[in-house]
Amino acid sequence: MDLQTLWFAAVAVLWTGFLLLEGFDFGVAALLPVLGRKPADRHVMLRSIGPLWDGNEVWLITAVGAVFAAFPGWYATWLPALYLPFVLVLFGLIIRAVAFEWRHSHHTEPWDATWTRIITAGSLIAALGIGAALGATTLGLPIDADGTRVGGAFAGLSWAALLGAVAVLGFSLVHGALFLALKVDGDVRLRARAFALRWSPVAALPLLAWAGITHLRYGTPITGALWLVAALAVVVAWTRIRLDREGSAFAAWAVLLVASAATIFGAAYPVVVPSTVDVAFDVTVADASVSDYTLMIMTWAAGIGLPVVLGYQTWTYWVFRKRLTAEPVQEEPAEVVPA
Amino acid sequence: MDVLGMDTLDIARWQFGITTVYHFLMVPLTIGLGILVAVMHTMWVRTDKPEWLRMTRFWGRIYLINFVLGVATGLVQEFQFGLAWSEYSRFVGDVFGSLLALEALLAFFLESTFLGLWIFGWGRIPKKVHLAALWAAVIGSIVSAYFIIAANSWMQHPVGVTVGEDGRPVHTDFLAVLTNNTALAAFSHAVVAALMVAGALLVGIGLWHLRKRKLAGRSPEDVDHAVWRRSVRLGGWVSLAAFALTALTGDWQGKLMYEQQPLKMSSAEALCETEAPASFSIFAFGKFGSNECDDVHSITVPYILSYLAHGDFSTAVPGVNELQEEYAAVYGETYPDDPSFGAKAGEPIDYAPVLAVTYWNFRLMIGMGGLSAAVAAYALWSTRRGRVPTSRIGVYGSLLAVGAPFVANASGWIFTEMGRQPFVVHPNPDVPVEDQVWFFTAQAVSPGISAAEVWTSLITLTVVYGVLAVVELWLIGRFVRAGVTSGDGHATPGFTPEPPDDEDDGAPRRDDDVLQFAY
Repeated sequence: MDLQTLWFAAVAVLWTGFLLLEGFDFGVAALLPVLGRKPADRHVMLRSIGPLWDGNEVWLITAVGAVFAAFPGWYATWLPALYLPFVLVLFGLIIRAVAFEWRHSHHTEPWDATWTRIITAGSLIAALGIGAALGATTLGLPIDADGTRVGGAFAGLSWAALLGAVAVLGFSLVHGALFLALKVDGDVRLRARAFALRWSPVAALPLLAWAGITHLRYGTPITGALWLVAALAVVVAWTRIRLDREGSAFAAWAVLLVASAATIFGAAYPVVVPSTVDVAFDVTVADASVSDYTLMIMTWAAGIGLPVVLGYQTWTYWVFRKRLTAEPVQEEPAEVVPA
Repeated sequence: MDVLGMDTLDIARWQFGITTVYHFLMVPLTIGLGILVAVMHTMWVRTDKPEWLRMTRFWGRIYLINFVLGVATGLVQEFQFGLAWSEYSRFVGDVFGSLLALEALLAFFLESTFLGLWIFGWGRIPKKVHLAALWAAVIGSIVSAYFIIAANSWMQHPVGVTVGEDGRPVHTDFLAVLTNNTALAAFSHAVVAALMVAGALLVGIGLWHLRKRKLAGRSPEDVDHAVWRRSVRLGGWVSLAAFALTALTGDWQGKLMYEQQPLKMSSAEALCETEAPASFSIFAFGKFGSNECDDVHSITVPYILSYLAHGDFSTAVPGVNELQEEYAAVYGETYPDDPSFGAKAGEPIDYAPVLAVTYWNFRLMIGMGGLSAAVAAYALWSTRRGRVPTSRIGVYGSLLAVGAPFVANASGWIFTEMGRQPFVVHPNPDVPVEDQVWFFTAQAVSPGISAAEVWTSLITLTVVYGVLAVVELWLIGRFVRAGVTSGDGHATPGFTPEPPDDEDDGAPRRDDDVLQFAY
């Protein structure tokens, strides 16, 4: 495998990792008004993602950074073509980030309720926007021979973008519900389970459609097989939820994403931005890539850095593995008290 | 659309300037205060003294309120090179993107993951591991500063590349990019400047609380007194030491700049004609508006500029007029008549940066840094041997001066970024012209986007940033007024909570909040 292919795969892995991780915190945030009926419910939902969301978001920064680093031609075509949608994503991510931290910096009901709503709104905007961007970059953007967008500010918002948006949101909602079922206890856990059982078959459809269309358009027998795995994962996830097996349901739902992403990126390769104007204008891995020297440096850095990152992120998840309950927890630890 | 006479390029530049300067209000506080909170936490773990714990939690809270705004506004940075500056991104892709990706991989993960562990780890993980988590996050911030400054310094002084067939830089020496002398100087300058920001905050808020407690007749024996006193002493010494280091690192950076970007430095001095020995300008007057150097007149001190530029009192320092001619001879009198230069195609190139901006920001940076050091000296003197100052002017002045190092940081960056115009990638004069890479700002903007789109994002981001600034200042102000006990008094049983301070608005203190620190 040459370095450009390796880095295409690395970028695909980073985006998949981002959706897999941030997907559940997007989902939990979006479900706050649905599953969090009482303030205590919402409180425990937010606590379940509190220590994790920022680390998850770095996967996005790294994914975008890797696109820029390995394929500047992709970065410089994709982002300006979807200028306003990306600005909207940034808006969502900004308000959501500050809301997580500032919500608990002042204690009145309206304050709490306002920032909680902002967390939900920001997460919805970001999930939809990122989904739209990914849908467009795999199924087509209106770009000319120079990689410049034609047709005005909203030309990039095609059906493909809408499909991607709904797909990421649908995946995230059930992913968040399953995360909650796994992570909290009490009413929220039961409601999350019921939500996942009811909505998982529907929520998976846009993602399967996106993967299916990408496969039919550019795929190989391998991506076809991957698509079947994704479809099968939905069935498995649903039956596991029915049996109240939260762990394996969560795992199966994760397989849905991994297999779908593998189908999409695998089928799209080597095109990184298909042109809806003329296939001759497609931006490919070879057009967009940096020199092999730079890719080699990045390979070394990622080869050493990524396992370390995975190691300590896994450790954080392990530290915060305890199931949370909606009851106010008095676990102010003995160690903090000075002797 | 041509509102206010600005085209897409101008609006995009304003957007980059506003979002970046704003982001860099949070960054130095995150870096500087992060280091100091980690020191406080370390002192608590080592000595077990309660004031260090209270300091850790009080200053740690402010650190977090600010940190998250830095994270949120930093997101914009990662995207906006592509959004508004796609031609720049294509041009520098072989070098610049890898530094951003490495920053994310090696620094941001460290910072965010371990900060999450620190916030939520009180009592869940062993004490020393918990402390190590904070240090890991702080080191992450510092590493991130290194990578982003290496990326910026490569634009100031591109090294480690050759010119490719299409005129773009081709990366040949990654180590050279990482050890760029411009980057080493700028990084050390930025880190000590960040410590000045944190030091000034400790001094201003600490003095204010000490004075208030003294006027209210509170005992100087209790833990809270120790909290504020130690904060002032620590902040004061850090500020003074950091100021000395900014002078040293700034001198290093200045001398490099005289070699690498002489026009930036001559503009900073409004030095029109070459002088030997050259004089340092203290104050300038005249018509800055015309951006003609000869319209500006200075009050000067002889010999000093030669010393600042070259370390002796005689060497010639080239003036703006002569340098402009030199640049025009090498890099062209006019922009190429090519559509990629937009409205600037075929227009004459002004190689001098905006004189008023470079001249005054340079002085603002030094002046505000000096002011901050003077305040720190006052704070140390007025709190010597257990004293507490009650001077209203002194204490409120110190509180106001918390802003000074923020201004110094911002003006320093505005100076160095505006000073390299009209280039976005300034040619490196160390190598022969045929091996140099350079890129004009005029050709860097994304060609496909409309002025209306950039206006939309500029207005959206500016309004959001404005609102967030108000909330952040209100939150920090409220938290600062409430003092240490409201922040964590209930969470540290064993202390006798003080009655709420007068300014405390009596907000309910929720005991069910595990930490109040976090969730």
